[in-house]
Amino acid sequence: MTLSQLAKGARATVTEVEDHGPGDQLARRLRALGFVGGEPVRVVGAAPLGGDPILVQVGFTRFALRRAEAERIRVEKVDA
Amino acid sequence: MNTAAESLRIALLGNPNCGKTALFNQLTGSRQKVANYAGVTVERKSGRFTAPSGRHFEVLDLPGAYSLDALSPDEAVTRDVCRGMHPDEPRPDALVCVVDATNLRLHLRFVLEVRALGLPMVVAVNMADAAHRRGIRIDLQALSEALGVPVVETIGIRRGGARQLVEVLDRGDIPTPPAMDIPDDLSLHQQVRELIAKAVDMPSPTAHIDEALDRVLLHPVAGLLVLVLTMFLIFQAVFAWAAPLQDTLAGWVGSAGEWLAALLPEGHLQSLVTDGIFAGAGTVVEFLPQILLLFLFILMLEESGYLPRAAFLLDRPMFKAGLSGRSFIPLLSSFACAIPGIMATRSIQDPRDRLATIMVAPLMTCSARLPVYTLLISAFVPRQEVWGVFNMQGLVLFALYVAGIVSALMVAWVMKRWRHGGGHSLLLELPSYRIPHPRDILIGLWERCWIFLRRVGTIILSLTIVMWALLNFPAPPPGATEPAIEYSLAGQLGQLLEYVFAPIGFNWQISIALVPGMAAREVAVSALATVYALSAPDEEAAAQALEPLIATEWPLATALSLLVWFIYAPQCLSTLAVVKRETGSWRTVAVMAVYLFALAYLASFLTFQITRWITG
Repeated sequence: MTLSQLAKGARATVTEVEDHGPGDQLARRLRALGFVGGEPVRVVGAAPLGGDPILVQVGFTRFALRRAEAERIRVEKVDA
Repeated sequence: MNTAAESLRIALLGNPNCGKTALFNQLTGSRQKVANYAGVTVERKSGRFTAPSGRHFEVLDLPGAYSLDALSPDEAVTRDVCRGMHPDEPRPDALVCVVDATNLRLHLRFVLEVRALGLPMVVAVNMADAAHRRGIRIDLQALSEALGVPVVETIGIRRGGARQLVEVLDRGDIPTPPAMDIPDDLSLHQQVRELIAKAVDMPSPTAHIDEALDRVLLHPVAGLLVLVLTMFLIFQAVFAWAAPLQDTLAGWVGSAGEWLAALLPEGHLQSLVTDGIFAGAGTVVEFLPQILLLFLFILMLEESGYLPRAAFLLDRPMFKAGLSGRSFIPLLSSFACAIPGIMATRSIQDPRDRLATIMVAPLMTCSARLPVYTLLISAFVPRQEVWGVFNMQGLVLFALYVAGIVSALMVAWVMKRWRHGGGHSLLLELPSYRIPHPRDILIGLWERCWIFLRRVGTIILSLTIVMWALLNFPAPPPGATEPAIEYSLAGQLGQLLEYVFAPIGFNWQISIALVPGMAAREVAVSALATVYALSAPDEEAAAQALEPLIATEWPLATALSLLVWFIYAPQCLSTLAVVKRETGSWRTVAVMAVYLFALAYLASFLTFQITRWITG
């Protein structure tokens, strides 16, 4: 599944970030920010209007990601 | 001995939100210089300090970067300077890599990337105070051994908080890590995990206070409510609280002009000083309190960490319209004046979002349009009550604001349809909340106002002087009966323009008044007074004298058409000049001028013709 499919409060582990074509800047940046294999992530919340963007905790940092960006991040759900 | 040869050039670099600028302020105090890197709108901040040993240091505050794999012009400058590939900036002698002690998981990755460059380097673990409060323990010794470079604690916001850093730099022999290829992200992050396991004891990944604040400030109802209240407060401050200050300042400039004029013999020189230079300077200075307050609020929002939250809350609707959550503050600023708004678009990383925001910023109703609106509304709109609570005049003013916003959304939406290719990213970090340090706010305020005055002041002043020349030359022939302005170049231009503006209902007086209005919009009111040969000492008196006159002379259709024209007000040359500076492209300026003019003309045409048809 992808990060965008996680419900609020759900925890997961990143498996990989999908590249869209060679030299995909967004994918490289997502990896630089910590979205790499084995990294725990958590969906902390979502924006009030339409639930997009979502708020994601990775490491000690929180990022706002649009759903289109979160779709690129493949995750495995961790059962609480 | 030559001191320049002795001084060591160091560069501060680090992730955004690592408190680097506070540390820079701490090191250099007020001995700072802010300039621009050639060709890009990236600020170059530098300063100097002297260590206790007497050794001089030159400090460069590089733009914040998440990675040397640069995605924005800011990050590209940081990458190029560190790699010694920047055309104007020699490679620094040593790097100080600043990390936030509470956010090491992210920031240490950048340290590892920078270390691979193989330059002498010190790591400054900043915001150590916040880390202590949260019970975070960092073994600096272990971290330093693992990284192979000195690691010191700093507190950017406390006096003496950079002492350890200065001591290490002053000792001289900063070790140089071996240069190597930058490892891929998987192994960089693996190394960071190992470093953290070895040297960092972190009770919880986030601060409880941040979580509690976010629960309220990002709440679907409470969060939006706080946002609306914040916006209201800023509006209130910029429009109501700034007014008395503005009047005082304008009074001072006016009296200074009069005093100087009295010393000069009557003639062109006197007229240039009072109607050209002092009128122009008066306009600039009158704006200053508003701009100062606006910058103050924006800085506090930025420094406190609230700004990215506002962008998060508003991203969706703004994205739908072809903008981004980051467009929010530039557009909010544009309600005071489009110029600081356009300058604030630098914080938008995506170049297309930035361009769209710049394009629509002039559609936000700036305060310079208010005198024109006020004059026309009080002359033509009855002061009657509507539904018992509202006033007709207030409703019309509100409608004009809304019309500007709706037009902006439409223009942005059309631009979005035109440009192809998605790949829009938000990727916005929501940093920890911080109480802004007064010193950093003051330094930031001073910098921004100085930039504003230098850029805008020179533009408005020179435009006012050009306008003065157009309005005063050639002089009327002897025995002329009409107002002098009719014989001037501006007057002749206005009479030519009447052919263009007749279909939208503007008479020649309005057409002439629009010409000086190009320097600053509110000048249109006093220009109208001049054309109607009213002698009025200032704008307020001009408006009072004009009101009954235009109420009887202009048809309603003309008045409404002029109101609608000012929603788009395509004639502000200062805005266009700033767009040129910020985008470096004449094409953008031309596109903006043409679309604003076309929209203004079309909307005024429809307003005029429809009103005339209804009123017969």
